[in-house]
Amino acid sequence: MQRSPKARAASLISLPLAWLLIIYIGSLFALFITSIWKIDTFTSEVIREFTLQNFIDVVTDRAYFNVTIRTLIVAISVTLICALIAIPMAFFMARIARPKSRPVLIALVLTPLWASYLVKIYAWRTMLYPDTGFLNWLISPLGGSSPGFGMIAVIIGLSYLWLPYMVLPIYAGMEKLPNSVLDASADLGAKPGRTFFGVVLPITWPAIIAGSIFTFSLSMGDYITVQILGGTFQMLGNVVYQNFSLNLPFAAAVALIPVMIMIIYLGSVRKTGALDNL
Amino acid sequence: MRVGKHRKLAALVAIGTLLLAGCSSSSDEGSGAYAGPVKDTPGTINVLAWPGYAEDGSTDPNVDWVTPFEEATGCTVNVKTYGTSDEAVQLMQGGGYDVISASGDASLRLIYGGDLQPVNLDLIPNYVGIFDNLKDRPWNTVDGKNYGVPHGRGANVLQYTLGKVNPAPTSWSIVWEPNSPAKGKVTAYDSAIYIADAAVYLMATKPELGITDPYALDQTQFDAAMALLAQQRPLVAEYWSDYTKYIGAVQSGNITVGTSWQVIANVLNGEKATVGAVKPVEGATGWSDTWMISSKTEVIDCAYKWLNHIITPDVNAQAAEWFGEAPANSKACALTDNKDHCKLYHAEETDYWSNVYYWKTPTEECLDGRTDVKCVPYAEWVKAWSSFRNQ
Repeated sequence: MQRSPKARAASLISLPLAWLLIIYIGSLFALFITSIWKIDTFTSEVIREFTLQNFIDVVTDRAYFNVTIRTLIVAISVTLICALIAIPMAFFMARIARPKSRPVLIALVLTPLWASYLVKIYAWRTMLYPDTGFLNWLISPLGGSSPGFGMIAVIIGLSYLWLPYMVLPIYAGMEKLPNSVLDASADLGAKPGRTFFGVVLPITWPAIIAGSIFTFSLSMGDYITVQILGGTFQMLGNVVYQNFSLNLPFAAAVALIPVMIMIIYLGSVRKTGALDNL
Repeated sequence: MRVGKHRKLAALVAIGTLLLAGCSSSSDEGSGAYAGPVKDTPGTINVLAWPGYAEDGSTDPNVDWVTPFEEATGCTVNVKTYGTSDEAVQLMQGGGYDVISASGDASLRLIYGGDLQPVNLDLIPNYVGIFDNLKDRPWNTVDGKNYGVPHGRGANVLQYTLGKVNPAPTSWSIVWEPNSPAKGKVTAYDSAIYIADAAVYLMATKPELGITDPYALDQTQFDAAMALLAQQRPLVAEYWSDYTKYIGAVQSGNITVGTSWQVIANVLNGEKATVGAVKPVEGATGWSDTWMISSKTEVIDCAYKWLNHIITPDVNAQAAEWFGEAPANSKACALTDNKDHCKLYHAEETDYWSNVYYWKTPTEECLDGRTDVKCVPYAEWVKAWSSFRNQ
């Protein structure tokens, strides 16, 4: 119907654009608006009157600063652990393994995603029980003991959960690596280690950052793993979960913290070209 | 005994009901309650209930007291369940539900918010069977107006793993005191309402604080309760709100002692006795649930029939046994499958309940009748709890 290419493009893009604007930006906006409202202190009903009290509460209570720092530590640790495991894994899959076996290896990396999130986390819960868990049985002959439930258990659980999200983008980045570059490096006398750190890593860096966006953001927002593996430990998601039914505006104000951290993170990695790799 | 405590509240409720009376033809102008008679009007009734309170056979084909109600009355029932009182309040405020099984910490918030209507008990013949110590209580009756019919009750008991906690505890001190033999294996309930459990312990151990009602704490008493919770923190392995997770933690030995429900102890003792459960000497917090009617309902006849049906002795017996709590109807005790059910849950022992403090919503106006101080309202409890848990 529409002859001009521009109009055709517009009609094609309008639906996804509406989705983005209404569902995504709209809900973020609603989150922000909610955070500047009051509640009736007895019935918990939201009163649509302007207040900055929720932000004041978040900023002045030391507990919420501490929980933000703890959440950042967990998100960064999970991202680093995932990267450390995923880079050699992806390198092996993309460069060393026979091309025929690659689809099988990818399928193997993806298998954990076929199982329910809860099943996997409860499995970790059984393994991590302080005295009776599998991990304790494994380590105790060596003189160690299970870390029990807490921050370490949460980092282990989340690293396990989000690993495939790190492996896949890095694998894609390494597969694109031209053989000629590696050959050139070897011809010029670089040892494999030098080639890896001097050539492979810099070229695949945007892919690693792309993976880190997944692991970092997924860890920032998680609260279920924390409930199951955290013992008495809590993260930002738990604060939101604890408050949303009784003090929605306050929960919204807390929920803006990870949003802001993600905006800063995405802004700082934008120039690496990582966003093109997503 | 407690008349006049909620005068301010009642005034607001009265205004609310008057306003609502204007737009609801079913409300009687005088008391706000339905004048009756209950007619045979068919309709669709939306029920908001604790899991296990309104079973229609979908959980277990043998557990069904909704279908007989539908067949007898011509009212179609839709059931929506919720996990916490706070969620219940939120759903009820959203509208669309005709009746709710509210615990005491939800009911006052809903009454005050104008979400519920007074109930004319003359229209509910089965009300006569209700235990006297559940009638006209502050969580179901405001300023002399009844807001519903009691369903059942339970106490938050002290549970301990047999063989791991010796001797068997009789006091809450094992979960509060720094020299507890169960250090690192204690659990506590993960909700702001647990602050009341600290207050119950302070009532016995620090009488100089003058706490008479764990839900009516002035700032000094509240701070003492929070300090006790901070003292407890190093003892705690996990805070619980999901009871299946709790059961697993006890079976694995991660938790050996802490606050619990009788139903949890029963599940743990299903195959062989593994835990004991007592109501300690200090008393305990507990819950008492009431079926209430929405102020906005359009199926008032079905709502009254539901309230009457749910406290019918045999239905009340089935529901109490399925959920694991003491039934509200005294005649239900003779009709349970397990003839010891009422004994197990202390349904008929008045003394047992005298130091069980049922969940209520704390308000600024002290619930214990003091007028010289202001009490800490529930919103502040929630704030303090959230801050405490994330310290």
